[in-house]
Amino acid sequence: MSDVAYALSMEHISKSFGPVQALKDVTFSARRGTVHALCGENGAGKSTLMKVLSGVYKEDAGRILVDGVVQEFAAPGQAIEAGISMLYQELDLAEDMTVYENVFLGREIMSSIPFKTDVQAMIDRTRALCVHYNFAIDPEALIRDLTLGQCQIVELLKALMRSATIIVMDEPTSSLSEGEAENLFKVVRALRQRGLTIIYISHRMEEVMALSDDLSILRDGEVVHSDRTSQMSVDDVVRHMVGRELKDFYPARNVALGAVCFEADGLASDEGIHDVSFTVHKGEVVGMAGLVGAGRTETARAIFGVQPLTQGSIRFKGETLRIKRPEQAIGRGIALLTEDRKRTGICTNLPCSWNMTLPNYERLGMKRLLNLSRERSLCEALGKRVRVKWSEPDAPASSLSGGNQQKVLIARWLMADTEFIIFDEPTRGIDVGAKKEIYTIINELAAAGKAQLLISSELPELFGVCDRILVMRRGTLVGDFITKETTPEQVMHIAAVEA
Amino acid sequence: MNKFAKQLLPFCSLIFIFSLWTFLVPNEFLTVTNLTNVFSRSSVNLIMAAGMTFVIITAGIDLSVGTMMGMCGMTGALAMLRFSGAGTDQISGGGSIELTTAAMTGGVLVSVLTGAFVGGINGALITRLKLAPFIVTLGAMSIFRGSSLLMNNGKPFAVSDFTLLDTGRVAGVPVSVILLVLVLAVTGFVLKYTRFGRYTYAIGSNVDTAFHAGVNVNRVLVSIYALTGALVGLAAMITTSRASSAQPTAGLALELDIIAAVIIGGCSPGGGRGSMVGTIIGTLLIGFLRNGLTLCGISTNWQLVAIGLIIILAVTADQIATRRAA
Repeated sequence: MSDVAYALSMEHISKSFGPVQALKDVTFSARRGTVHALCGENGAGKSTLMKVLSGVYKEDAGRILVDGVVQEFAAPGQAIEAGISMLYQELDLAEDMTVYENVFLGREIMSSIPFKTDVQAMIDRTRALCVHYNFAIDPEALIRDLTLGQCQIVELLKALMRSATIIVMDEPTSSLSEGEAENLFKVVRALRQRGLTIIYISHRMEEVMALSDDLSILRDGEVVHSDRTSQMSVDDVVRHMVGRELKDFYPARNVALGAVCFEADGLASDEGIHDVSFTVHKGEVVGMAGLVGAGRTETARAIFGVQPLTQGSIRFKGETLRIKRPEQAIGRGIALLTEDRKRTGICTNLPCSWNMTLPNYERLGMKRLLNLSRERSLCEALGKRVRVKWSEPDAPASSLSGGNQQKVLIARWLMADTEFIIFDEPTRGIDVGAKKEIYTIINELAAAGKAQLLISSELPELFGVCDRILVMRRGTLVGDFITKETTPEQVMHIAAVEA
Repeated sequence: MNKFAKQLLPFCSLIFIFSLWTFLVPNEFLTVTNLTNVFSRSSVNLIMAAGMTFVIITAGIDLSVGTMMGMCGMTGALAMLRFSGAGTDQISGGGSIELTTAAMTGGVLVSVLTGAFVGGINGALITRLKLAPFIVTLGAMSIFRGSSLLMNNGKPFAVSDFTLLDTGRVAGVPVSVILLVLVLAVTGFVLKYTRFGRYTYAIGSNVDTAFHAGVNVNRVLVSIYALTGALVGLAAMITTSRASSAQPTAGLALELDIIAAVIIGGCSPGGGRGSMVGTIIGTLLIGFLRNGLTLCGISTNWQLVAIGLIIILAVTADQIATRRAA
């Protein structure tokens, strides 16, 4: 072991994507044998920084030192060579193979007989590693039979077998049960005790505070604070993460609320949500905050009939609804702009106009036969209203940028003219100009007396646009605030910290 | 531009094949008898390809159409014989039985309904049990052939009175041609100018999106497989009428020609793309290709090789075009 105190130093790292500067002069150092937490809101630059570290992106400026030695990572393989391993949220294991086969995949130990692997040696080496780190896992178990938490340990074993010294964990507990998370914390502590350096990315404050030795906070591509964890309180961390002025980026709105339009009472589904109750008035924009996996999208899916309710009821315009399919939700006047545009939003190879009218034929009086000229003029008018940039309405959706595709989908639901609209992360991955236009549309809809639910992971957006903010954590509602009477710090606190 | 090019390639290929045969075997190829022959043989394929176009646009596949045609023909012919009062011994004996007009009409209906019914079952298995269309129709393919062979112990049903769909004419136009034009006009219209057509494209382009946009995906898919089955039933009757009998082995390897025609016509096996005009061009292309090869004295064995190569070429061209566009 060298005498340098830092296992890893990233110095003055900058990285831009076109005009967007994702990282600005970031300096980040992790002491050997410690857990260093990396915090920040979505889009703060954590993933970009880690991708620079793993060699996926090449930094524009700055340098990386591992054990005091400058390293150049042009490809992910080189970072692994240098002892840096990433543990991603999505695991990459061969399901029908055993633990030891996965650990040695592509680097099998060969026996003296040609083409034959030395199975016993691989099992023994895997078992020895498990014993050394105190992992309770059977080297001969099939991956398919393991829990998610155990699979993460297999990924760790893979990293350790390649003699990793620095391990990056990206939201490792986001899909684990509480018991499994506890187990993972033990594993992290065991790794630290044996001299490994852990970079730990998480939104969950209590985890970060309990587990980490040092803590760095990124915001807008810069390190805004870095210190020993013991020197900081949860409030400090949250303040640094959020600390952003709400500029006049969000257009003002002055709409008097109408009667109750939508009422969810005790919703539960098999996707892990329970006891979700809230109301939305006409003309109101209600926000929904929460961490990834808190159950926001699942709530939207339950309301829209994608995943059936197991409990609870929905009252809409004074009527109790039983919705089993999106078809029925749309028929009753509920729209959902889904979170995943590519997977559930757009038909990429079809014309924009077809994408717009897809759920609306009945409403447009085209229940059986289409009226192509009317379709065209309607799409042209709506395209103008949401300011989508296309060569013509019949251009394939694939010829448009992400932001413009999103506008086509917003136009789809404007055309549906529903009384209640759920927007799930409507501005994710689109540029600032398009974002502002979407906020303007939300305001226009509110002025027209529509009820709206806005699911977003960007707190400034929720505070800039919503009348009220709901907070979800672990599948249920844990907060319901009037926007004017709360602060981003309070919302982040309740979303990220166990009561 | 790209859309235009997609139609252009099959069309130019058709012109090319046509010119090639005109040049190579002008005396045999360019005769009224021969060209009529090609069109009439293609008509059966075209009727079936019209249904297959819907299936392939939804990113599905129906491998069972060939054997389904055999089974529908047998079922329809059996119904004709039964409706005409023939007994079991008479039917299995294979002797000539006089058919009534009502019995023949009934037989055609039975054939079409049988196709719609078994097609609907294919669709129901695909949607309800979430099985891959490839697997379901591969299984169905075997079941249908087995069933048609079981019906009369591998022997055909003779229906020599059933000439309506062979030589029958209305105002001088063959009835089969009238049916063909009707089928193409209706299916082409549905695909382009109705909500059902749009749903077909949307399902093929992105089934999750279609579901989230309120499309009743299961109902549309079952309808499409049932429609394909009904068209197979109709095609089976034309074949039966031409042969004066229903053969249990009718439609042998026909699914190859049908699927090839639809794909050559520009339907993407990945779904969401294709048109009825393309399918017509693709079917004629295969028809002329086979005809010319036969006229040149090339064996059917080599014809199979040629058609296989052309399918691979067509899909490659499609892939390249898609990659360019992306």
